[in-house]
Amino acid sequence: MEQKLIVSPSPHIHSGDTIQKNMVAVLIALIPAFLVALYTFRLDALLITALSVLFCVGFEYLIVRFVMKKEPTIPDGSAIITGVLLAFNVPAGLPVWILALGCLFAIGVVKLSFGGLGNNIFNPAIAGRIFLLISFPAQMTSWPATAIADTATDAVSSATVLGLLKQSPEALEALPLQQMFLGLEPGSLGEMSAAALLLGLIFLLWKKVITWHIPVTILGTVALFTGILFLIDPLPQYNPLIHLFSGGLMLGAIFMATDYVTSPLTKKGMIIYGVGIGFVTVAIRLWGAYPEGISFAILLMNAFTPLINSYTTPKRFGEVVKNG
Amino acid sequence: MFLSLSLICLTVALLLAQVNKMTATPIAEAKAMKLQNAIREVVPAFDNDPVAEAFRMADGSGDSLLVYPAKKGDELVGFAINSYSNNGFNGKIQIMVGFDMEHRIINYAVLQHAETPGLGSKMTEWFRDATKPGQSIIGRDLSQGALTVTRDGGNVDAITASTITSRAFLEAVNRAYAIYSGSREDALSGATTATGKETEGITKKGGEHNE
Amino acid sequence: MNKQLKILINGIIKENPIFVLLLGMCPTLATTSSAINGMSMGLATMFVLISSNTVISLLKNVIPDLVRIPSFIVVIATFVTIIEMLMNAYVPALAESLGIFIPLIVVNCIVLGRAESFASKNGVLSSIFDGVGIGLGFTLALTLLGASRELLGTGKIFSQTIYPEQYGSLLFVLAPGAFIVLGFLIAIFNKLQHKKA
Repeated sequence: MEQKLIVSPSPHIHSGDTIQKNMVAVLIALIPAFLVALYTFRLDALLITALSVLFCVGFEYLIVRFVMKKEPTIPDGSAIITGVLLAFNVPAGLPVWILALGCLFAIGVVKLSFGGLGNNIFNPAIAGRIFLLISFPAQMTSWPATAIADTATDAVSSATVLGLLKQSPEALEALPLQQMFLGLEPGSLGEMSAAALLLGLIFLLWKKVITWHIPVTILGTVALFTGILFLIDPLPQYNPLIHLFSGGLMLGAIFMATDYVTSPLTKKGMIIYGVGIGFVTVAIRLWGAYPEGISFAILLMNAFTPLINSYTTPKRFGEVVKNG
Repeated sequence: MFLSLSLICLTVALLLAQVNKMTATPIAEAKAMKLQNAIREVVPAFDNDPVAEAFRMADGSGDSLLVYPAKKGDELVGFAINSYSNNGFNGKIQIMVGFDMEHRIINYAVLQHAETPGLGSKMTEWFRDATKPGQSIIGRDLSQGALTVTRDGGNVDAITASTITSRAFLEAVNRAYAIYSGSREDALSGATTATGKETEGITKKGGEHNE
Repeated sequence: MNKQLKILINGIIKENPIFVLLLGMCPTLATTSSAINGMSMGLATMFVLISSNTVISLLKNVIPDLVRIPSFIVVIATFVTIIEMLMNAYVPALAESLGIFIPLIVVNCIVLGRAESFASKNGVLSSIFDGVGIGLGFTLALTLLGASRELLGTGKIFSQTIYPEQYGSLLFVLAPGAFIVLGFLIAIFNKLQHKKA
């Protein structure tokens, strides 16, 4: 470590909040979703999550130690979170080597190329997922069927709700919303159950790890935007409930968009950011080439974050206002 | 100032005219070659000049396609049809499809496309992989119905993760077939080389072969 | 002769148009989906660079200052048109895969940049060497970028299989891959440069 005296700007009072503490809280908040995944995909869920964490931590150690030649930064726990979130964003039964490539990209390219935690522009897990989605579209979109019966281990690929939305919206009419909410529709590991993810949100809000601004504005924008379309033209593909409970929206809005490093600092900024994500998500879902848009939306708004920050800087206390 | 600029322009104009004169024939030849090769690839051996005998055939929706008839001696052996679809993932897809006289696809060649490399661009080989009968359209008999991807209830496996491209490609093939039927009817209306019965027999065999 | 050699090396390393000057990014990013495409684009640009550098340094005393940019553009556009016609005539498949980027060499900043900053101020021989040097630097960079993308994306280099294609990450053949690989190549190039200095 550098032996320099650092004069840091205020505040100087420490609340006992550390990166580790927040990371642990996020991990706890992810437990309900993980249990649902474990229940639907059995061993596959455990395997993918464990391997993903292992790869992320391993690559972080190796790259920091041997390429950057610095003290490894494993103890801050962010690689573990990246590992878990990336695992939650891939289908169960993804080949291990693809998962490893995703972790390498997330950690090596997206995070450490920029100088490590705090300097990365994009959320590593989201960027890792998009890298995999674009690079291996076939493997990343073969979802194992998830009937409660013991077909869970069969690698039967089945269409996701959002996939149906793009290909045959008529089929959406018969969708059991309650089932979607609880998490029995096909999808990636962590996006199964909206209910479990909402439990995580409540925990994070209670522990004050995140504020309500980002998740609520994202979900609100999606609901409002599709709600307006639904009122104008009540087609099943505009149904706001389907949009709220399907795909990775909850996972993205609660756990990925709220990443400290890549989201705006001020409340006003967070709201702009959240509205942007919600809007882009719906636009991609309804009119884009991909069925799911939340990950692209988050990545896009990550890129806008520095701009949003510079426009929403709070007024400096004591600054003289120039009279015109 | 004007003089020097005009002089430069004049010189380069002369130079370009010279190069243009030099390359005009090779460029035309290269283009003709490409067309020739595409036709040769998709129809049985022929000894006529399909490009010279090419004709336009309306497809009933106000559009028309170029048809290249292939003849061995005096007998028609197949048609190469220059077809297209505007519904590709990145716009227009242009293909050359060859049919024999029994409604079967002999081969195809993709002439022009802007599909994603590594995904949609796989169509240049995907639909003629003889080792994978589920995705190959070679030898398929289109008189038994248009080709559609399995996801739409058809019997052609779409390119992995490129359903849109696959749909567009098959649309172009089906369009070519519509033109083919018309051309074939026209060509055979006078001739008596193949009776309906005979055609049916051969088609069946083709179908089995395909399984 | 030593001076000319210096100019040559300068173009390849010290003022490498891609890794140091960051000029001509449009064809760099767009045409390097494979090693052969990158190399052909580089060679086509090199041809234009050498020709335009030569002609412009020959004409530098004839061209009045006020109309020098239009004159340069006319000269460059001529050579671009020539190479386009030649490619269409003799290597049509390659011309087709490079498509619009051959005519777009006209607006490649390197070509006009070298005309303005070097050829219009130096002798013919030096200008030719500058064209060769910069052209080689451009070609090497594009080939390297194309080869890296092709290897990562499809497991091949110059269409020679290195590892099975299904293990390739498609992203690298597509546009985002161009930016990512270019970034890493620039970083590596700078690191090596730094070590030397």
